[in-house]
Amino acid sequence: MSDMLKPSRRAFLRGSAAAAAGLTAAGAARANVPDPLITEVQDWAMSFGDGVDASPYGLPIQYESDVVRRNVEWLTADTTSSINFTPIHALDGTITPQGCAFERHHSGAIELRKEDYRLMINGLVDTPLVFSYADLERFPRENHVYFCECAANTGMEWAGAQLNGAQFTHGMIHNMEYTGVSLRTLLTEAGLEAAGDLSDKWVYVEGADASSNGRSIPMDKALDDVLVAFKANGEALRKEHGYPVRLVVPGWEGNMWVKWIRRIEVTANAVESREETSKYTDTLEDGTSRKWTWVMDAKSVITSPSPQAPITHGSGPLVITGLAWSGHGAITRVDVSKDGGKTWETARLAKPGEKMALTRFYLDTEWNGEDMLIQSRAMDETGYVQPTKHQLREVRGENSIYHNNCIQTWHIMPNGEAENVEVS
Amino acid sequence: MSKSLNLFGGAAFGTVAVLTMAVNFADRNIAGFPENPPVMTAIAAPVVSSGLIGAANASTGAGEGKFGLGRVALPEEIAAWDVDVSPDGTGLPVGSGSVEDGEMLFSEGCAVCHGEFAEGVGNWPKLAGGEGTLANDDPVKTVGSYWPHLSTAWDYVNRSMPYGNAQTLSDDDVYAIVAYILYSNFLVEDDFVLSNENFLEVELPNADGFIIDDRAETEYTIWRTEPCMENCKDSVEITMRATVLDVTPQEEAAAAQAAVAQTAAVTEPVAEAPAAEAAAVVAAAEADALDPMLVAAGEKVFGKCKACHQVGDGAKSRTGPHLNGIIGADIGAVDGFKYSKVLAEMGGTWTHETLAAFLADPRGFAKGTKMSFAGLKSEDDIAAVTAYLASFQ
Repeated sequence: MSDMLKPSRRAFLRGSAAAAAGLTAAGAARANVPDPLITEVQDWAMSFGDGVDASPYGLPIQYESDVVRRNVEWLTADTTSSINFTPIHALDGTITPQGCAFERHHSGAIELRKEDYRLMINGLVDTPLVFSYADLERFPRENHVYFCECAANTGMEWAGAQLNGAQFTHGMIHNMEYTGVSLRTLLTEAGLEAAGDLSDKWVYVEGADASSNGRSIPMDKALDDVLVAFKANGEALRKEHGYPVRLVVPGWEGNMWVKWIRRIEVTANAVESREETSKYTDTLEDGTSRKWTWVMDAKSVITSPSPQAPITHGSGPLVITGLAWSGHGAITRVDVSKDGGKTWETARLAKPGEKMALTRFYLDTEWNGEDMLIQSRAMDETGYVQPTKHQLREVRGENSIYHNNCIQTWHIMPNGEAENVEVS
Repeated sequence: MSKSLNLFGGAAFGTVAVLTMAVNFADRNIAGFPENPPVMTAIAAPVVSSGLIGAANASTGAGEGKFGLGRVALPEEIAAWDVDVSPDGTGLPVGSGSVEDGEMLFSEGCAVCHGEFAEGVGNWPKLAGGEGTLANDDPVKTVGSYWPHLSTAWDYVNRSMPYGNAQTLSDDDVYAIVAYILYSNFLVEDDFVLSNENFLEVELPNADGFIIDDRAETEYTIWRTEPCMENCKDSVEITMRATVLDVTPQEEAAAAQAAVAQTAAVTEPVAEAPAAEAAAVVAAAEADALDPMLVAAGEKVFGKCKACHQVGDGAKSRTGPHLNGIIGADIGAVDGFKYSKVLAEMGGTWTHETLAAFLADPRGFAKGTKMSFAGLKSEDDIAAVTAYLASFQ
């Protein structure tokens, strides 16, 4: 590994050769003419930039205008019941900025004022309660970083390589630091004596928008780590993520993270709502379907290089990077293959994995213009190893739609471009 | 109100603090925080309601592990929101509806997306058909072929439909629409009446088609092993490429399309009759005079239309025609949209007046229109949404 990091004379020469071959080389190796960006005084070095307050709430600089959410129009009938994708190919680190974190609505992103917000807890509780937004802020708060992944992430890839970009194949995910009140605290406030034995009870959670999206969550999860969240990455939730209050269900499929949450009902049984029967159920090859497949299994993807983030620097040092996550706990290891899965090397984790949060990995390597079939393979603290698509298909067939956590392959071509492929 | 006094009393002190901070910034000499700030080691003992908390709050009381926050939910409030229905019939209200009534309601409120026979229009969900396809390559999942519980259909229609006008159906209407969906799946006869009494007698064909998540047994046992690192495969071949399918959104392509559309938009009016131009000029003049408050109010009202109509930059015809430039346009004349016979043949122009008449009573204005919208009751809403549409000329 340390050998690889050391720039050798051979690599240096190869870099020059690649530049000569027409690749966009950075040119760090040798400059023939002085760089006018250095030798000439530039506009920005002479005059003023914007003053403070030019933009009371700042947006990314114009040069980053391509780092945006994107939609795949043919997927859905209308954008008010649709999904778009986080530009994971262009991000680094692990925290997803709210402004480019994917959106999924079933009846559009509504605008609900804090003053008009009400949260009801009813059903098998001692005292049915109504909280205002201000009430929620008076309970003890917690901060946690969690990933939120739509169960359909990578769902278009079951039958084969289909969408050419990490944003489209893996972008139904974001990772934020949430501030909120634990659901346990709110349920305790309403009192659970009336529910009797809690081991077989459920909570049904429901949103305030026109879709009235509702999901049943087993009580042991509800009392474990579920958050009623009102801040993300330090600021108020965006309307597209459920302002003013959403549910956070760590490690479990995004559909359960009910936005604009208005009601929490303690029930004796699962409600078996539309979103937990006709959708978010996984059909197997024989036509039977799995239900209650809540946990998102360990998964990873190389975000760069990838089809939307090709190699533009020619031969020499190359950083391969990506994201790994598991709904079962922390990521412990990520392996990377450059030859389609014949051989693997263990990547460097930017930080030790955290439970149910994105982990960034890097493989600091070298590339000399050869074809590569790059893959990443995540392992979590339960010892689970991310499976190949073949392994998944053997168990499930190709019609599951949801929970496709297969190993992804990008074909890196000699010109540095990348393509979504499937390999034997 | 000693707290308030304290707050105001702090103002002068605050000014001093700000000045000090400015100096600190200049010196880059900001005082550090205490090295060992007090940490809340345990959640503070719940505060028992005091006089500061309102009577409503106090009514909940505060017991062990409680904070005395929130207020008791009133029975009327619970009744308004707690309407979910479970497979065993819990939550189902008294009522009934016939296939016959359901067919009419479905045609008016649902068929525009789901088709007259619940077969689905375009990308909108199919609600009927698909029997015996679940093990096929492309299973067709409908209420008849896939949904395990009738309660789910009732609950979803009641709480989430019709799309763009949700939570407006009466209980009897919901029974009737669900009865029609059953009929369209050949699960009941045409004289069937669904009610809370016979609801649990209806069994859906795929009721036993589901198993509870078994990944722990069927997958985790296989995939919790030490992974291979070397010589894991003999050979590796590319077996499929995404570029062959070519279904990834292409931004260059989209930009090119937009450019083409723009050229078309520029050239078309030139070729058109002067009358249309004049109408456009009038409309543009009207747009200038639009009340911004009214336009803003209209944008909200337009929320009811959005499920089917688009307006603004890049608007396209979907379930309904796009509405750019609709004021001053010929009735039934948006290019490429397939109108009902009545609108296609009506003639005339969309003015504030004709549009208002149409929006007040769509089926009265144009009997046989495909637009399933019931109409806007409030004249204010009509004026607002018309103004909003007029702002897209």
